[in-house]
Formats: sequence, structure tokens, C-alpha cells
Amino acid sequence: MESALNALILIGNYIVVPGLAYGCQLALGALGVTMIYAVLRFSNFGHGEIMSFGTMLVILATFALQSAGLSIAPLPTALLALPVGIIGAIGLCLLLDRYVYKFYRQQRASPVIYLIVSIGTMFIIGGLIRFIIGPQDRNFADGERFIVKASAFKANTGFSEGLAIKTAQGVTVLTTFAVVGLVFWFLNYTRTGKSMRAFADNEDLALLSGIDPDRVVRITWIITAVLATIAGTLYGLDKSYKPLVYLHLLLPIFAAAIVGGVGNPLGAIAGGFVIAFSELAITFAYKKVAGYLIGDGVLGDGLLQLLSTDYKFAVSFLILVVVLLVKPTGIFSGKTL
Amino acid sequence: MTKSAKTPGVVRQQIASLSPSQRNILLFAGMGLLLIIVGIVQSWNVAFSILNMCLISAIMALGVNIQWGYAGLFNVGIMGFAALGGLAAVVVSMPPVEAAWAAGGLGVVAGLAIGIVTLLVSMLIWRRGQGWGRWRYAVTGGVVVAGYVLMRMLIDPSTMAIEAVDSARTGYLGGLGLPIMLSWVVGGLFAAAAAWVVGKISLGLRADYLAIATLGISEIIIYVLKFEDWLSRGVKNVNGLPRPVPYEVDLQNNSWFVALAEDMNLPLVDASSLVVKICYALLFTVVLLAILWLSETALRSPWGRMMRAIRDNETAANAMGKNVTRQHLLVFVLGSAVIGIAGAMLVTLDGQFTPTSYQPLRFTFLIWVMVIAGGSGNNWGAVLGGFLIWFFWIEAEPIGLWFIDVLTSGLPPGHWLRLHLLESAAHTRLMTMGVILLLVLRFSPRGLIPEARR
Repeated sequence: MESALNALILIGNYIVVPGLAYGCQLALGALGVTMIYAVLRFSNFGHGEIMSFGTMLVILATFALQSAGLSIAPLPTALLALPVGIIGAIGLCLLLDRYVYKFYRQQRASPVIYLIVSIGTMFIIGGLIRFIIGPQDRNFADGERFIVKASAFKANTGFSEGLAIKTAQGVTVLTTFAVVGLVFWFLNYTRTGKSMRAFADNEDLALLSGIDPDRVVRITWIITAVLATIAGTLYGLDKSYKPLVYLHLLLPIFAAAIVGGVGNPLGAIAGGFVIAFSELAITFAYKKVAGYLIGDGVLGDGLLQLLSTDYKFAVSFLILVVVLLVKPTGIFSGKTL
Repeated sequence: MTKSAKTPGVVRQQIASLSPSQRNILLFAGMGLLLIIVGIVQSWNVAFSILNMCLISAIMALGVNIQWGYAGLFNVGIMGFAALGGLAAVVVSMPPVEAAWAAGGLGVVAGLAIGIVTLLVSMLIWRRGQGWGRWRYAVTGGVVVAGYVLMRMLIDPSTMAIEAVDSARTGYLGGLGLPIMLSWVVGGLFAAAAAWVVGKISLGLRADYLAIATLGISEIIIYVLKFEDWLSRGVKNVNGLPRPVPYEVDLQNNSWFVALAEDMNLPLVDASSLVVKICYALLFTVVLLAILWLSETALRSPWGRMMRAIRDNETAANAMGKNVTRQHLLVFVLGSAVIGIAGAMLVTLDGQFTPTSYQPLRFTFLIWVMVIAGGSGNNWGAVLGGFLIWFFWIEAEPIGLWFIDVLTSGLPPGHWLRLHLLESAAHTRLMTMGVILLLVLRFSPRGLIPEARR
């Protein structure tokens, strides 16, 4: 019995807890991608860099706050600095929309052109980020590191496996619930949110009923910027901030959005968790778990790992491929908001 | 005064009055002039190494133009297809490592065979099982998992054995020991096979799906090349690939070459590396011209007309009885094959295979900028774009450094801002490419040499 519980704790420690946090981060990112897709009708390749940009500003503000001696310990200072990043990212998105995307909207350009344009913005933001903060790794998490420490857990419960919960993981889950709740309330119960959904559903009909398209687009960008900055900051707190990593996040985020059904907010969140848990479950080495359950060495001395962690990005791709083959519209049959 | 004020206007008028073909000749002549200037100002060795890369870039741009210009397909995985071409160079030309084959060759081959059989069987079950309800998912999934586990059980010990064979020098299976020029064809085939799979999955769906799927596959190809040491030695790189042209050392020991170098009034070392580069340039030019001729012929043929019709109005072409998805698949495979050829040529030129050197910026987005700036839909435009953008890619860093130097000349030499800017100068490339892409798309979407009206 105890060894079964130990196996469960092991899985909890290495898959459930990190998966929950990572899933939340992906879900927030995918939500942003899906919103842009639903309203502006293109896949925004610049999204990873918008996340990165917001996070960069948060980091710079965090450093400023730290040197001013301000802190909200035990919580990370970055939460206090979040508004700076959000405002910066909103500014960036609105500028991009005004000077880059608006032109193509007026031209009624095809989605592929938007795609290429978004890649152009990805370069520019990426260059800007590397210019300002450089390509190195930065750790900006401070305050209390753990909510539950593995050693304390072991001492208190007497199990031989420990369960650790990082502060960043707890903060991630709580923030995501709050933010997602707000977004859904906004979309379902406010007038602006309803007009956005109407616009996403049927643009012509929405225009006919007097919805201001520019306002809808602006608000979409604002929400996207907020989501992107929060997602990026949470990811950075949980792991660390490195511009290149944020570029690579693009694939899991797109996969999450497509798995759930592009353009469907609920789908984006579900997709985020699907991707996160599959990534961790497929790249986890089950050797120790098997040891607890059926005894050491019964299944040979392999790691019992389905895929080496080197290939964790391949997981999102594989899921993407399966979805494209089996149900291209995604779990929630996308394209509504 | 009046004359100089008038000149630009007159020149512009003259340029405007040129016929398109004269204008194109002028553009290519300008490009040649740039290279000649580099030859005179820097050195002919530099000029020819830029030229060689220009030629390869032009071939890659041609491949992308086949996909984008002819059919409007957006491929974000150029890097992956180029890397597959590079892998072909290794697999074809390196000598086989007998000890490694003895240690685990059979296991790897058997494992891969099981993997392929698993895929085929699961696809068959999936097709047959339309009325099975949930069982369809369960059985297919079960077959995939079982096949995968079996494959890993066969492959894992074999790869470990292979990687243990003299890992400092080999530790991989080696290649076939054939002439490296053959790998240019094989590289095209490798890339075409990968493109067929990706295209089969994602074509016929929305355009974004192809983009995202190619982005994914290219990353995965790079990861495989980086981490599967038994195949490509991973990050240990494969060095000393055989060459299709003479080695510098052999030339230097050759009496007639020494005499020739004296005649050319060049140091022996410079002369030998220059001759090697010229040989490469000639080879690459032949390939470029051949592919260019084929593409132009295809574009003019009824098939090319059909492709343009599909690109401009899929629904109408479909109504005329053209199978749009199938043609898209064909053109996607063809374009990727050309990229694969260029990838193999690149590794041949470098003489080594370095998986870490494949960066999306350099291999995917730079090529895109070439095609769009050069003129999407026009093969000559893609070639010019390949030349021009590569030239500026190489020269952007010195120019950027110089610019920052001038900009901060008012600050003291040790000022933090100046140091920070100089440090970050390398990142100006990223931004410059983004700015060029956006500016061209906005103000000159048809590129330098626009698609001809037919």
C-alpha cells in the first residue's frame, strides 16, 4: 500500500504539479493566439515574442523594484511589476496594429499575407528584445521558493518520496484561474465582450448591427497583450527567462490552440492542459514508479521512458499531427468565440 | 548644380522607360558589380566565398518560390529540409564504419523497419475501421504503442553499441562512401520524402496548418540530427567530408599550379583557395542554371498555367476539375526537393555537417526575405533575391557596427551605452530582416522583379 502511495506521490511530484502549472501557462498563451485568430483571422507567429517582450519589461521593472528595496515577500516581486509589462505589451500591440496590421485589414489581404507579416513583426520584436536585454538566461524569481518542500513533506508524512510545490507553480494556477474567469466573464456578460463574439461569429452581420470594428480589434489586442504578458511572466517565474525559449514556446502554444479548436477559448485552455500533461507524461522516466509498483528490475534496467526529454517539443508536434489527421477542427470544433 | 539636381530624375525616367528584361539585366549587372567591388576592396577570396553562398541561397530561394510563387504555399520549415539535404551528404559520402555496423547495424535497421511497418499497419487499421466506433481509436493506438515499444527495444541497445565504437572519432554508422555529388540528388529525395509526409497531413486544410506543421517538422528534424548520434554524430559534428573539387594542399604541391600562381602574381596559398572556390562556383552555377531552366520551363508549360490558376482561385480551378490538394502536394514536394539539393550542396561546400548551425532565422526566414524581396512568382526574382539578400546578410554586421560607431562617436569610448550597443550589434540582423520583410510587403509586394504578366 505504501509503495503504491509512493508511486502516486512520485507521479504527482513530476507530472501532476508541474503539468498543472505548465498547462496554465500554455493555456494563457493559447488563449491569446485563439482570440487573435477568432477576431483577426490569422495565426499570429509573433505571439511568442509578445510574451517575451512583456516578460522582459516585467523583469526590468522587477530589478528596479528590487534595487529600490520594495518587495511583497513571500510572493515574487514580479507580480508587483506585472502592470509595467502589461502596459508595455499593450502599447506594442496597439502600435503594431496601427502601423502594420491595419493596412492589410483595409486591403482585406489573405490570411497567408497576415502570417508573413506576423513573422516580420516576430523578427522585429525579437531583435528589439535581444537588443535591450540580450539573449542570456535570467532568473528573476524571488521571495519564498516553495509552498511545500520535498524534505518537509517527507518528514511530516513519513513517505520516502517527497512532494514539492514551488511558489511559482501555486501563483501560476491561482493567477490563471482568476484571469481566465475574468476573460470568460468579459466575453459572456459585458456588452463589449458580446460584440467581440458577434464580430468573430459573423463579421458582416456584426458590422451591420453597428459594431465598431476598430474598437473590437483594439480590445482584442489589449486582451491578447495582457494574456501574453501574464503567461510569459508566469513561465519565466516557474522556469527562467531566455528569449530563445520563448520562441520555441510557439509550437506548443499553437498545438494547444489547434488541439482545442482554433478560435475557441474553452478549447485553448483544454488544449493547453492536454499538451502540457502529454509532454510531461511521455517524457517521464517511469523506472522508479515501476519499482514501487511491481518491484525493482522486473522490467529490465531501462529508464522506461517513452521519449527522451530532448524531444519534448516533438510531443506537441505529434499531438498536432494526430489532431490534424483525426479531427482537424479540434476537440471543441473551433472557430467561435 | 542644375545638372546634379537633374540627374536622379533623368536616371529614374530612363529606368522607367526600360523594358522589363533590360531592367532585369541592369539589376543582375548591379549585383555583379557589388561582388566585383568586394573583390577589389576586400579580396577575391571573400568575393568568391560570398558568390558561392549566393548561388546556394538562390537555389533555396528557387525552391521556396516554387512553393510560394507558383502555388501560394507557405512553408516555415525550410531549415528542416535543408538539414535533411545536409544529412544526405554525410550518409552518401562518408566511408562506412565497419565496426559500428557490426556492433548494431542490424538492430537499427530492424528497428526502423518495425517502425515503418507499425506506421503502415496502424494506417491500414485506421482506414478499415470506419464502423468500429471507439474500438477504432483503441486498436490503432494499441498497435502504435506496441510497435513503438518493440522498435525502441530493438534500437536502444544497438544505438548504444554503435555510439560506443571509438566515439571520439566515429561513434556513428558512417555513410556509403560514394561520391559526394551523388548526395545532391539524394538530399533532394530525402527532403521530398519528408515533404510528402508533411504535405499529406496538412495540405487540404487551412493555410496556417501547413505553416505550423512545417515549423514543427523542421524543429524535430533538427532535434533528431542533434541527438541521434548513431546517425549524424549529433553535436560532435561530422568533419572532413570528401570534396568534389581538388584540395588546396594537392594544388600547392603541383608544379604546373605553382607556375600558374606565379603567372597570376598571387601567393600560392591564396591562389589555391581561390581556384577551389572558383571550381565550386562553376559546379553550383551549373546546378542553379539547370534548376532555373527546369522551373522556367515548368512555369511556361500548361502545368504552370494550371498552378497559377489554382493559386489565384482555388474554387474556380476545382470547378474546372483540377485536384487542388494533389497539385499542392506535388508542388510542395518539388519545392522541398530543391531546398534539399541546396542543403546538400551547402554541406558539401562547408566540408562538415554541424547540426547546431541550423537556425530558423538563417535557414527559414532569411530565405523567405529573399523570395519576397526578389519577387514572388518570378524565378529570376528569387535568384536575384538570393544573391542580394545574402550579400547584405554578410555585409550587414560590418555596416551595423560602423553605424553604431558613428552614432555613438560623441560618447566616451568606455560609456556603458556604447559598449551595450556594440555588443548587441549582432542582433541588428534580426531586426533588419524583419524591417525589410515588412517594408517590401507593404510598399513593393511584387518584389524587385515582379511576376510577369502572361
